[in-house]
Amino acid sequence: MVAHLLKLKLLLLRNSLRRSTWQLVGVILGALYGLGLLGMIVAGLIALGALDLELMRTVVVLGGSAAVLGWVVIPLVASGVDMTLDPARFVTFTIPLRQLMTGLTLSGVIGIPGAVTLIAFLALTLTWIRYPIAALAAAICAVCAVLLCVAGSRLVTTAGTALASFRRFRDVSSMVAIIPLVLLGPIFAGVTAGFRNSPEFAGELANILAWTPLGVFVAIPADLAAGDGLTALARLGIGLGAIAGVTYLWHASLSHALVTPPYNAVSRKPGGNVGLFARVPATPAGAVAARALTYWVRDPRYAASILVVPLLPILLWFISGDSGGFFLLNYLGPVTAFLLAWSISADISYDNTAFWMHLSAGVSGRADRAGRAAALLVFAVPVVLVFTIAPLWLSGSLADLPMMLGLAVGTLLTGTGFASVVSARYTYNVPLPGESPFKTPPGTGFSMLAIQGIGWVVLMVLLAPEVGLAIAYLATGSTVFGWLTLCAGVVVGTAVFYGGIRIGGAWYDKRGPELLEAVAVNK
Amino acid sequence: MPPAPEPSGRSGGSQAPGVRPALALRGLAKRFGDRIAVNGIDLDVPTGSFYGLVGPNGAGKTTTLSMATGLLRPDYGQIWVHGVDVWRAPLEAKKLMGILPDGVRLFDRLTGEQLVTYAGLLRGMDREEVAVRVSDLLEALDLVEDAGTLVVDYSAGMTKKIALASALVHAPRLLVLDEPFESVDPVSAANIRDILATYASGGGTVIVSSHVMDLVQRMCDHVAVIAAGTVLAAGTVDDVRGDATLEDRFVELVGGRNPGAGLAWLRTS
Repeated sequence: MVAHLLKLKLLLLRNSLRRSTWQLVGVILGALYGLGLLGMIVAGLIALGALDLELMRTVVVLGGSAAVLGWVVIPLVASGVDMTLDPARFVTFTIPLRQLMTGLTLSGVIGIPGAVTLIAFLALTLTWIRYPIAALAAAICAVCAVLLCVAGSRLVTTAGTALASFRRFRDVSSMVAIIPLVLLGPIFAGVTAGFRNSPEFAGELANILAWTPLGVFVAIPADLAAGDGLTALARLGIGLGAIAGVTYLWHASLSHALVTPPYNAVSRKPGGNVGLFARVPATPAGAVAARALTYWVRDPRYAASILVVPLLPILLWFISGDSGGFFLLNYLGPVTAFLLAWSISADISYDNTAFWMHLSAGVSGRADRAGRAAALLVFAVPVVLVFTIAPLWLSGSLADLPMMLGLAVGTLLTGTGFASVVSARYTYNVPLPGESPFKTPPGTGFSMLAIQGIGWVVLMVLLAPEVGLAIAYLATGSTVFGWLTLCAGVVVGTAVFYGGIRIGGAWYDKRGPELLEAVAVNK
Repeated sequence: MPPAPEPSGRSGGSQAPGVRPALALRGLAKRFGDRIAVNGIDLDVPTGSFYGLVGPNGAGKTTTLSMATGLLRPDYGQIWVHGVDVWRAPLEAKKLMGILPDGVRLFDRLTGEQLVTYAGLLRGMDREEVAVRVSDLLEALDLVEDAGTLVVDYSAGMTKKIALASALVHAPRLLVLDEPFESVDPVSAANIRDILATYASGGGTVIVSSHVMDLVQRMCDHVAVIAAGTVLAAGTVDDVRGDATLEDRFVELVGGRNPGAGLAWLRTS
């Protein structure tokens, strides 16, 4: 039975690669990236072995704890990271619980994250190679640590399954999860600053972590290397206890989940309110705009992007704070304009096969393009204006306003126009409707990077007039160039916007059925 | 644009000669990789008929209907809807059709009411007209109580019904429904049958694909049997089935029954 589960996991992995060549290319690139990362970690761990004992211990405990924490937290953040062997799918089979758990645990190690973690932990053996006993213990502890990782993540997923069956919970959790991800930089920087300000901080943190389940297994070899067998024994007790506890809790929640089918309680709501559809012009383009705007609020994949917008000032403030002078914060407007404009570049991929409705209704390409662009501009224009004016006003550099406004407006209009062309022509795998915004279907990476990378280059070329004039303004300080930037932004931006709607619309009219076929592959 | 074909007489002679069929397919073919899904289909669907399209799983029904409705570009062949070439004048042809495809998503983050309104507005109808028709349709399909619920929270049967409402809202002359009764409860199915029968008697044409033979025999006046991408038989239901039931005739045409090969070990007593 355990072998069956492992075979199933491998089969699923293999079949998911068969669906398209580009997915395979993406997975291979992903694997290469993983291998590169792993190589660096292993090399680092070997090099670490030459340092003094106290430092080795601190680094190893902090790194190991982070890895265990990651295994437990990531499934919470990205709901459904690996649900290929979702316990709910085994409900109808009479698999003895013990075998099911063993199978699920082992299958958790299969796959890129599991393999990388296991090898990285095993590499600790090489770190401790100067201390034979510690090295031996490191090998055993590596296996224990990985077991704890997998069991912990399975516990979190199983416990989360019940909650995740409520659509509303899924929607909200997947949106909110983006906040810590976006602020990852500032958080890391805060922690780094903590280390820098007080060198003892890292040591103290490692001391504490070494007594928690997160760090025990990596701390044991350090104890043995220092000749402190008793402490090692105590830690082993804590670690094994943690494994037993987690396994027990997982056992309990799994046996509960297996007899409690997910049930989505939905309250029935009578109609009478069509929302935005009553407020837009009664034209196909208006209807598309109303639908798109409704999705910006209701679909977590779109709403997550909106949630990021208020975080952008914090992010830029933080990045520019490092270099001093909050120079970057002044460019908040153009940066926001760029991100928002580009966010509709995969609109039809996001529709997935629901796109048939536009196709069968015979919506003209221009109406479709214009509706989606209008939905974006309705909220993007005020946001970008505020984000352009406020930082300049706060930093007392309102003199730069014409230039900055030209840059922001130009980027928004040009970007929206260009994105309207891109989304009518190119599709790539994106999270499906109803999936977490973070779920990247395997193999997304390559085609997405190619389209986005080339797209950004083209966008930069289209923005050349505004950027050139802005640079001239910054170099000479002449207000003429500032006002010229504003003119260029409005004129060139409007031209590219209209051109984008027309060209994108023409492409859309010509290739509608092919677009539908392309998005249907990803389902 | 070549002239639309006269009825070939293949689907039974109930039509006066010279009347253009609601849907005409000529030499339709489609290949996916090295698998031929549709292998040269000719078919005439007379105006005002209630036409059943039956066939085993994977026979090419959905592919044929996707090509006929302008969702999938055919490799070969031509399609006319009331004399309008679907792939030469798609916008004109699509105005005449209402479709319910199978196995595709809907914009399911809209409420049921919003979705049908969206379908109407996309067709360029005016707002008041859409509002009246939407409430009529919700009433007729027994979805009033759930009109404000998001479609993503609908059951499978309710989803079929709201998709059907979206296909009907612009009062098309030809309805193409792929598996419209799948997972629909019996009461709703009876209501839908009544709506469709009234629609057909009022001059509209309905094409349904199904593999429930009883349903097709009871509901449709014409039927085409499709297997492996070709038409095996087409005409009025009575012509096709002869003396037998449609199901028996279907099995006879399609083959694949293995009589007597029971699962002996399945006997429990």
